[in-house]
Amino acid sequence: MTTAAVTADGRPVKAKPATMAQALGRALRDSMAEDPTVHVLGEDVGTLGGVFRITDGLAEEFGDDRCTDTPLAEAGILGAAVGMAMYGLRPVVEMQFDAFAYPAFEQLMSHVAKMRNRTGGAMPLPITVRVPYGGGIGGVEHHSDSSEAYYMATPGLHVVTPATVDDAYGLLRESIASDDPVVFLEPKRLYWSKADWSPEAPAAVEPIGRAVVRRPGRSATLITYGPSLPVCMEAAEAALAEGWDLEVVDLRSLVPFDDETVAASVRRTGRAVVVHESPGFGGPGGEIAARITERCFHHLEAPVLRVAGFDIPYPPPMLERHHLPGVDRVLDAVARLQWEADS
Amino acid sequence: MTVQELPGAAAYRPTPPPAWKPITDPAPLLPDPEPYRVLGTDAVADVDPELLLRLHAELVRGRRYNAQATALTKQGRLAVYPSSTGQEACEIAAALVLEERDWLFPSYRDTLAAVARGLDPVEALTLLRGDRHTGYDPREHRIAPLCTPLATQLPHAVGLAHAARLKGDDVVALAMVGDGGTSEGDFHEALNFAAVWKAPVVFFVQNNGFAISVPLAKQTAAPSLAHKAVGYGMPGRLVDGNDAAAVHQVLSEAVARARRGEGPTLVEAVTYRMEAHTNADDATRYRVDSEVEAWKAHDPVRLLERELTERGLLDDTGIEQAKEAAERMAAALRDRMNADPELAPMDLFTHVYAEQTSQLREQATALRAELDAEQDHDEHGPEAGR
Ligand SMILES: Cc1ncc(C[n+]2csc(CCOP(=O)(O)OP(=O)(O)O)c2C)c(N)n1
Repeated sequence: MTTAAVTADGRPVKAKPATMAQALGRALRDSMAEDPTVHVLGEDVGTLGGVFRITDGLAEEFGDDRCTDTPLAEAGILGAAVGMAMYGLRPVVEMQFDAFAYPAFEQLMSHVAKMRNRTGGAMPLPITVRVPYGGGIGGVEHHSDSSEAYYMATPGLHVVTPATVDDAYGLLRESIASDDPVVFLEPKRLYWSKADWSPEAPAAVEPIGRAVVRRPGRSATLITYGPSLPVCMEAAEAALAEGWDLEVVDLRSLVPFDDETVAASVRRTGRAVVVHESPGFGGPGGEIAARITERCFHHLEAPVLRVAGFDIPYPPPMLERHHLPGVDRVLDAVARLQWEADS
Repeated sequence: MTVQELPGAAAYRPTPPPAWKPITDPAPLLPDPEPYRVLGTDAVADVDPELLLRLHAELVRGRRYNAQATALTKQGRLAVYPSSTGQEACEIAAALVLEERDWLFPSYRDTLAAVARGLDPVEALTLLRGDRHTGYDPREHRIAPLCTPLATQLPHAVGLAHAARLKGDDVVALAMVGDGGTSEGDFHEALNFAAVWKAPVVFFVQNNGFAISVPLAKQTAAPSLAHKAVGYGMPGRLVDGNDAAAVHQVLSEAVARARRGEGPTLVEAVTYRMEAHTNADDATRYRVDSEVEAWKAHDPVRLLERELTERGLLDDTGIEQAKEAAERMAAALRDRMNADPELAPMDLFTHVYAEQTSQLREQATALRAELDAEQDHDEHGPEAGR
């Protein structure tokens, strides 16, 4: 999948360590440079460059009209973006934090998600709503929600979440280019995760809607996305000591959902654990487990298990490590798959 | 790892923020204490008689349209109809002040404004008939979908007007909302955005006295809804909503102001909803007949007719002609609405995303099979396919 790193004029480029935050910022910049209809708007996105600095430098390079500090009103921001999209622009909205996107829910549910449908296809809305989400950064309350289930439950929205630096760049570029609205969930605690990456020749990535096997394995499949991918990768390494060879599937996109890749993996391994941070009850894991059961019942050696955050409001930072699914909880679940060693 | 490591963070020196200039004298923003009137005043002398006649014809047509649509609910041809009878002056003026390139953002009650703007009367009813959500291409007519969630279309109008200005297009957006809708957060956010962005938008409140059953006094403690403009830094205008000439004039000025790049205006038209909230509502539970009777004396069609006849611009023949034209429109609407719409169940899946997800493809296949089985059953009876 990763292409050889060369610049546009064919010179080899050396990939250097880059953070997910940098790749996201670069994706915004490149999209804006390529397409003059791309506009970024949100709270503090201009002069400050966003509280996570994702939009750093955009106002300077493209001007206030294309990277706009808006009044502090999430419904207003997204509502204005709807109107801008109706007039042919491609707005990219930054919601400052997951829990502060809630005031904009009505615009998202009633208009962003439905405009294409309401108008019989006449008026699609190419809006990208970027939402930093999830915990693990020691944020006080209202700064660490995992809101993906709400978005997933709303037909008309794409729901995308990267877990790698390559995907951060590639999926955001695609989201902005998409003619449908995309809720682009940015795992906060991976903002500063690094990988070798070259902005001049970013790797080609799988398009929105495809899951990717991050690590092949035979014993069971861990199905995950966003902030929990590194946890699952670490768990898979640790599991080798127990003789378990775990496959890890990174969903990358919750809507559309890649039933095919997930089902193919589970049919190979016969066992599955879904891992995510958001509360388990009513969470994505239940939906995913049901889909797997419907498709792979006869291949399953054990019930599909879920490892999720507790069904509690997001806990205070000093307790969040107990809430977030870690490697041990993943391995415990794997053990509960009624192992028959190497049978 | 800190944000300082990100490129550009150190290099960027922001330009000094623009100074916030307090408005020391809000008086120019304040609405007059009494709603502005033209009919029956000296101001009417300045109004083009052609415009008055046009307004009259449209008002008569509009009233007939409302009556016809309400009748269609009784015949089961419309799921619901929120009549704007009594408010026709607002509806018609809203449509007539706009240029073709401008945009109208109506609420669910504003079918008439959309029709007066030139939308096919049947297409304008698809939402209320229940066969499709929006029966027209909003871009083609520059009419946003009739909006059901209150006030949520107002920020859209702001965004669209703002986008048009950024593109260098000379476009104004006129957004309509009811008195109840002014209590919604989206109303306030939209006004604030518009004022800060100096967006070419006109907010048009039809204060018809009630939000379903709740009277204005329980909705707001403001001196008038137009007063709300001042807090956002835009002018508020109060107009007699039953005086078509006055509404036309005030909206025209607001549109012209927006077009000159001077920013948004909030216009409150004081009017009255003569019918129930919708055909499904019982208005006797919350209002008294004497109030309705009092407003009948101030009926928008009668006001205009009186003005025109007193000035010798309209006689009984003219009034008859306007009525006949309205009857023809109603008859055509009735005929066309009496045909069952053609529904395509598979359309359920076609306009959710640009490309169907595999989940939707599966569901579409399942529905297709159900429909085929139904058809089989209808054509060949219950034993078919067994
Ligand atoms: C957000 C929202 N809340 C509630 C409703 C239900 N509702 C429909 S119309 C209405 C009253 C609106 O009154 P007003 O804004 O004065 O407009 P009018 O119907 O008088 O034209 C209500 C409460 C709605 N459509 N949207």
